[in-house]
Amino acid sequence: MGRRSAVRVGVLDLQGAVSEHLEALRKAGASAVAVRKVADIAGLDGLIIPGGESTTIGRLMEEYGFLEAVPGEVGRGLAVWGTCAGLIVLARDIIDGVAGQPRLGLMDISAVRNGFGRQVDSFEADLEVKGLGPRPFRGVFIRAPYVAEAGPGVDVLAEFDGRVVAARQGRLLATAFHPELGDDRRLHRYFAEMAGG
Amino acid sequence: MAPRTAKAEKGTWRVKKGLAEMLKGGVIMDVTTPEQARIAEEAGAVAVMALERVPADIRSAGGVARMADPTVILKIMEAVTIPVMAKARIGHFVEAQILEALGVDYIDESEVLTPADEEHHIDKRRFTVPFVCGARNLGEALRRIAEGAAMIRTKGEPGTGNVVEAVRHMRAMMSEIRKLVTMSEDEVAAEAKKLGAPLELVREVKKLGRLPVVNFSAGGIATPADAALMMQLGADGIFVGSGIFKSGNPAARARAIVRATTHYNEPEVLAEVSKDLGEAMPGLEIATIKPEERMQDRGW
Repeated sequence: MGRRSAVRVGVLDLQGAVSEHLEALRKAGASAVAVRKVADIAGLDGLIIPGGESTTIGRLMEEYGFLEAVPGEVGRGLAVWGTCAGLIVLARDIIDGVAGQPRLGLMDISAVRNGFGRQVDSFEADLEVKGLGPRPFRGVFIRAPYVAEAGPGVDVLAEFDGRVVAARQGRLLATAFHPELGDDRRLHRYFAEMAGG
Repeated sequence: MAPRTAKAEKGTWRVKKGLAEMLKGGVIMDVTTPEQARIAEEAGAVAVMALERVPADIRSAGGVARMADPTVILKIMEAVTIPVMAKARIGHFVEAQILEALGVDYIDESEVLTPADEEHHIDKRRFTVPFVCGARNLGEALRRIAEGAAMIRTKGEPGTGNVVEAVRHMRAMMSEIRKLVTMSEDEVAAEAKKLGAPLELVREVKKLGRLPVVNFSAGGIATPADAALMMQLGADGIFVGSGIFKSGNPAARARAIVRATTHYNEPEVLAEVSKDLGEAMPGLEIATIKPEERMQDRGW
């Protein structure tokens, strides 16, 4: 707010919880736009791949050229944050996924789809997230994945029940839970700072 | 300091309503076999509804329509990785208990099946699994939400391939919400009484300018244009029942309806995806349906 011009963050608007992220970003002081086509990425500091169905989002990203375009944009400095389905889209490997599920595969992690079980096992829990201070962050996990393996360049930010649920690799951020569904804006501010830095 | 393994709370309101939020902008398809479920997933469906018969067949078969055989549901759950929903009869809380025990991801307390209780819907707050319910207008939607529904779909008239009732219900809902938003605060209590809905929920809708949960459109959607129409009228996503697997080329039609739902505001894309889909399902004129066979009038 007022320090410098607001960081510009796009939310991939193909399917899923788009409006929740846009609102959370605005409340966190970033300028937020919906991204429906590759050209919308121009001029953005960061891009969020929201929660939704990873098979659906992956296929639509392939069809509309995002799988081809986003890696180049990341090379030019675009920060990317994947939440839930977005984490799966970012993961280099998917364990027990649909064969050939389209994805970006930019992050050196392997993801387990629906790793905590079906919807009846979905849950909320307090998490300790590195970089957010001592106050716990309420994580909302919905048919959530987790990170089974993380490469040497990956910084683990949070674990739950011994499983990695948040990680960062340079300008890439992945969370298995849904910060956009709560009222705590710390992770959206964290990403805005990461994208603006 | 939070303990290393903090307590996990299951079945919270945020978790129930959250799954519906993840389905937004997507298409949920009725399927009766694992093969159909895979076709739906491959086409980009965000979830499937596991059934023994699609609404058009339920309509022509007549008799009492009940929850599907658990074997059918389990086979479909094994076939796909996307969420699987299943239907329970209105008021039949034991069918719902069984579906929860099977581990389905969402229960549809549905007017497509024959109601088990003509007075009471299921008390959905008692369950860990979330529920979606049908509604024809704002009052009906808010009564269902008060009972614990975490997702709403406008009813339309299922199994007809005729979108007219879906349009009627979505327009009714949206116009009632708009009216509420512009209404003076001191008129809200009387409006709540008129709607037959809890005042607190009516106030919340006024504040939000929308339902407090996701609202999909259902009942009669048969073409990509139908899906885009419902999205332009304000739906958060689409249920397609008989429209896909009662058509000439289900795989192509399923893909086209998914694309039309994503690009509902782009006529050029809609024109492209509407080409060469083969026969749509045969439609049914609403006026030819006997009053006792109108599914939308089930529930209150």
